[in-house]
Amino acid sequence: MKENFQTLSLKNICKNFPGVCANSDITIDFKASEVHALLGENGAGKTTLMNIIYGIYNQDKGDILINNKKINIRSPKDAISSGIGMVHQHFMLVQNHTVCENILLGYKQAPFFYPQKKFKNKIKEYSDKFNLHINPDAKIWELSAGEQQRVEILKALIRNIKLLILDEPTSVLTPNETSDLFKTIKNLVQSGLGVIFISHKLDEVFAISDQITVLRNGKVVGSVVPGDTSKNELARMMVGREIVSTYEKKQKKEGKVALSVDDLWVKSDRDTFAVKGISFKINRGEILGIAGVSGNGQRQLVEVITGLRKPCKGKIEIFNHDISHKNAKEIFRLKVGHIPEERLVFGCVPNLSIMENSILKEYDSPSFCKNMILNFEKIQNHTRKLIEDFSITTVSINNPIKLLSGGNIQKFICAREFSSKPELLIAAHPTYGLDIAATDYIRRLFLKKRDEGCSILLVSEDLEEILTISDRVLVMFNGTISGIFIPGEISMEKIGLMMAGSTSS
Amino acid sequence: MKLIIEKNRYISNKKKLLIYLSSLILGIFISSFIFLFKGINPFYAIYKIFSGSFFSLFGLKETITKMIPLLLIGSGLTVAFQGKFWNIGAEGQLLAGATVASWIALNIGPKVDLVIPLMFLGGFIGGALWAMIAAYLKSKLGINDIISTLMLNYIMAQIVQYLIYGPWKGKTQYGFPYTDNFPANAILPLIKNSRIHWITLILGLIAAVLLYFFIYRTKYGYEIRVVGENPNAAKYAGINFIKVSFIIMIISGGLAGLAGVGEVAAIHRHLSYPDQISANLGYTGIIVAWLALLNPLMAILTSFFFGGILVGGDIIQTSFKLPFATINLFNGLILVFALIGMFFIEYKIRIDKE
Repeated sequence: MKENFQTLSLKNICKNFPGVCANSDITIDFKASEVHALLGENGAGKTTLMNIIYGIYNQDKGDILINNKKINIRSPKDAISSGIGMVHQHFMLVQNHTVCENILLGYKQAPFFYPQKKFKNKIKEYSDKFNLHINPDAKIWELSAGEQQRVEILKALIRNIKLLILDEPTSVLTPNETSDLFKTIKNLVQSGLGVIFISHKLDEVFAISDQITVLRNGKVVGSVVPGDTSKNELARMMVGREIVSTYEKKQKKEGKVALSVDDLWVKSDRDTFAVKGISFKINRGEILGIAGVSGNGQRQLVEVITGLRKPCKGKIEIFNHDISHKNAKEIFRLKVGHIPEERLVFGCVPNLSIMENSILKEYDSPSFCKNMILNFEKIQNHTRKLIEDFSITTVSINNPIKLLSGGNIQKFICAREFSSKPELLIAAHPTYGLDIAATDYIRRLFLKKRDEGCSILLVSEDLEEILTISDRVLVMFNGTISGIFIPGEISMEKIGLMMAGSTSS
Repeated sequence: MKLIIEKNRYISNKKKLLIYLSSLILGIFISSFIFLFKGINPFYAIYKIFSGSFFSLFGLKETITKMIPLLLIGSGLTVAFQGKFWNIGAEGQLLAGATVASWIALNIGPKVDLVIPLMFLGGFIGGALWAMIAAYLKSKLGINDIISTLMLNYIMAQIVQYLIYGPWKGKTQYGFPYTDNFPANAILPLIKNSRIHWITLILGLIAAVLLYFFIYRTKYGYEIRVVGENPNAAKYAGINFIKVSFIIMIISGGLAGLAGVGEVAAIHRHLSYPDQISANLGYTGIIVAWLALLNPLMAILTSFFFGGILVGGDIIQTSFKLPFATINLFNGLILVFALIGMFFIEYKIRIDKE
């Protein structure tokens, strides 16, 4: 069955979560030697569907067929033995182990004695065959995101899979790495593999796919061939309306300084300097974008400004208050909002209710807490207002917040941060993994708040986002600033050079 | 055919209760095999345990007596465990409370008439201070709380041992390693014809009610729950982890200290062997807290239940000549099954016929 894989068919797949229908009646055919893109907003059901194919969830109804033969997939193990592999958005690799060790992990045919020695050749063979350029002895933490992704792909290939699912594969890559990935995908397809490509980025989907299926609200809206359609039409299918991707920006008024950073040095968890002598200022009513590939010190910079990490050297002033020795709460009281990256890790408490999460930052403010006692009537009204204002879909505010979709959680965090009326907002990847509508909503919101005088430090890997809404952009590379520019005044090539660390301009 | 384990994303309260109760019943059922192996009719043995402790007036009084320390310790531990502070040091904290109360009883008792409130206060502070050592070690130095609280139990037991064999050894105890008996004004009043020291009982009930309110309705309770559920989010919200650790340990340690006061000032009436005073109450309190699903109010029910089982242990000892350890087996099995029940609240298992 594995040897002559032709199709994987989904027939009438349904999956319900309490109060939410994640997938209803989904029928799709994925073919060998074809890149099949899945497009859809957040909460459209793409991830749920892929998790069903990969055996992480079980469908409530419907069948999965390989070459028109019904199969049962109950766990990722079953999926792999049926020839289905998946590269997750967040890599599942052990950072301190070598490539070889990671690939061997859980691999059934691994020899008992000296597995690494005996296995290296096989890795090299596959690496050469698909042009992956992987050194089996490298430690994972030494590798860039693109290389790690290739390790994940190799890990799947070596298990002899016939259909590869790539979940948002470009979200962590630089433009160059993306084009390398596309070459790899083409190689894979030529050798007979089927690829399922999940992405929000229309350009990429257009560039790589042979077939595009659009999901909306858990249903298939349509399945098209790129040649027969346009980007606008696809976007319309996805969101059910035209998207205007240009943002009108009001002329900026010169304001006072909101945040000033002077010769800042910060260490990472590895005890090496992640931020090396950075200086910059943000004025009131200005959006400063920080571009750059992640891992170049942006995270540490954000953590220092928001009080989660201590600086080693340098000065940070917010509204003329020195914050070097202040903790997160004291900085919050200076009217600083923070939309953290990794919303489930930092932004909320998954097992507490939506209501309890709504006061994460303000639980001890006089509006919710009097003489130590929380006023749940007020908290309830507050939560209702957040949910209405930001049109967050939820069954009950007493449900644990983990039951919301990723996009809704992000909207909720934005709602919570803006509800405290910040004058400076530190936003890290605010639209990461969000659908077009939610992204558009958040970007517009940022611009609106900017016009109302809020200063925003926007850290994002999405260059389009940075360029469309920032007033000024600062590029970070290897802990330093490799360039500062005003969007529109500089070519994309130059920006690319700055992101790659070349300061010649 | 295959067994499939899936995460339950949502489960109704009714179903939770059903799973919970059936796991308890199953635990008792499996425990009955212990009696079967000893050639005792398990139905009769279980009937004896429960009738003896819950359905006779004498047994009921004893059950309430044993419930008192379990309620204080168990309700305090619900708070600690909600904050994911694994305090398994209630044994030591109980002894610390008992030691301070003994000192007050023997040294201040003869001079001050109304010494009991002072003993409770001192006992609370003693237990809390002893527990704060672990709070400091964890929050400041990052030392594992399970290890430190457990080791502190042994240290406290040795301190008590030293005191009763050494400087505090009573002159009126005919060479036994006890302190002198407490003066009458330092002995807790009992309900007539029973050993129920009602002051401690009332303190326990108040503690359970207040803690319920504290954990779900106050900002400190909120902080504890956020720290327990997601320490990263707690850091992001600017919650002071050190402060929360100390609050947790002052509450759970202090309440264990109060339990210690009750034991020495009503039951033993002097400080004696540490094993006799703490008598595994600190460990049984862990079971009480978990069985209450970390809800302080429910700890009233579970401590009553376990009080009964401890009394049942005495009964099977006398009527079947079984060792007291039997009841520890019984306790352990019930906890294991309760924990398995919690697994079924989080996950579901399906049989897949292929």
